[in-house]
Amino acid sequence: MQLDLAEIEEIAKLLYIRALKLLPDDVKEGFVRLQRTETDPTGRSLLATMVENIAVAERDDNLLCQDTGIPIYNITIGRGVSFDGAALKAAIRRGCERATREHPLRSSVVHPITRRNEHTSCGIRVPVLHIDFDDRPETVEIEMIPKGSGSENGSFLRMLVPADGVAAVKRFVIDRVIEAGGKVCPPTIVGVGIGGTSDLCMHLAKIAATRPLGSVCADPEGAALESELSRAVNMLGIGPQGLGGDSTAFAVHVETAATHITMNPVAVNIQCHSARRASATITPGGVTFGF
Amino acid sequence: MPCDEAAVRRLRVGDTVTLENWLFGIRDATQIAMFDRGRNIRLDLRGHAVIHTAPNVKRVPPSPEAPAGYAPLCIGTTTSMRMERFTEPLMRDHGVRLVIGKGGLGPASAEAFRRYGGAYLAVVGGAAALETTWITAIEDVDLDDLHPESLWKFRIRRFGPLLVAMDSHGGSLYATVGERVAARRAAALAALAALGAED
Repeated sequence: MQLDLAEIEEIAKLLYIRALKLLPDDVKEGFVRLQRTETDPTGRSLLATMVENIAVAERDDNLLCQDTGIPIYNITIGRGVSFDGAALKAAIRRGCERATREHPLRSSVVHPITRRNEHTSCGIRVPVLHIDFDDRPETVEIEMIPKGSGSENGSFLRMLVPADGVAAVKRFVIDRVIEAGGKVCPPTIVGVGIGGTSDLCMHLAKIAATRPLGSVCADPEGAALESELSRAVNMLGIGPQGLGGDSTAFAVHVETAATHITMNPVAVNIQCHSARRASATITPGGVTFGF
Repeated sequence: MPCDEAAVRRLRVGDTVTLENWLFGIRDATQIAMFDRGRNIRLDLRGHAVIHTAPNVKRVPPSPEAPAGYAPLCIGTTTSMRMERFTEPLMRDHGVRLVIGKGGLGPASAEAFRRYGGAYLAVVGGAAALETTWITAIEDVDLDDLHPESLWKFRIRRFGPLLVAMDSHGGSLYATVGERVAARRAAALAALAALGAED
């Protein structure tokens, strides 16, 4: 299969807009679960408003949240796919720019030193592109994540040491969720990276924070931590918007990687309740959009 | 809006408020320009409410429905705490009465609310599609070289209900919840296996 780069550009554009408007089903179901268990009256009322907002966005064909985020595209390329890599990257960037100009969307991206906004949602190394490969025949999947800044500012890394043990990893997660409080727009998905190098650890936390609700860490050790930490963070009482209640997080997700004998790194990256993502799967048969 | 000091001092944490008429949008860059770089503003904020926002808008020909040449597309709220140090000068120098945002503000803002007579109203962060239905037009815009972090003047209708989360009497729902969370931390840690011996 030869990738049609005009089509990729169009898909990159459509995915950004789709992600901003339609919340994935697993997140909608997450709200239903929280509404069943929330006991705090303020928390219940805030959850109801969030659910109402999802319906208003669909009815009015509007964005769920004003924050158009930092655009992230995760591209997974299967076997038997031919493409010009540099041209693929350029096509995705053009699609991202076009979504911003043509919809139009607020460009939330600025130069980190001058703070200049090019009004394209693009800049140095942005959109963030991750390109990976898998063994699906003649299949390309593009996932788009508009990562909101309120929750992205709830990002933390600590290079713990082996003597600190897994106990310190767990304590770090609890304390960072407390520190983030209402600023990260709870109920959240708390992404935790454990192991790797410092940069890989942070990346693992992002993968964890943006995974669908209901998915489980492939590493059984990580999966056990997920259920333990999910229970513990929801004992804290931070609640929706940090205004009190049982619904602090939809879930804690964990991703792991092997690390060095001298290292014990842990990272936290948080996803707000507007846990937006969209995906497109390209095969010789055509394109299907999903989440 | 606008409103006077006595009306704001009557508000207590837990009350709900719905605003009418006017609302001003401000954000990080707006306030850095105003307070760190000494930029003057053309709009009068005295007695008004400001909301921490930077909207999605569309350029349109100016008309009675769009006096500033912008139509609102999606207008929501951003995290307030980044702008904590600007509450005091907003109230002192510009007479702002109400700050609307999400996630809450800290002790310096609580003190400004107490001293000058102000309050913080919590809007549901991330519920921007709904919030947009409460905004009828963009009346004016200033400092638009900072776009989208301009100083915006919105025409509003039934903007709310908003929860009074910080008042002029030292009350802060965020502080109350924070104390409760701190007290529950030990129980949450105790519920985690393999923490016993090392704690």
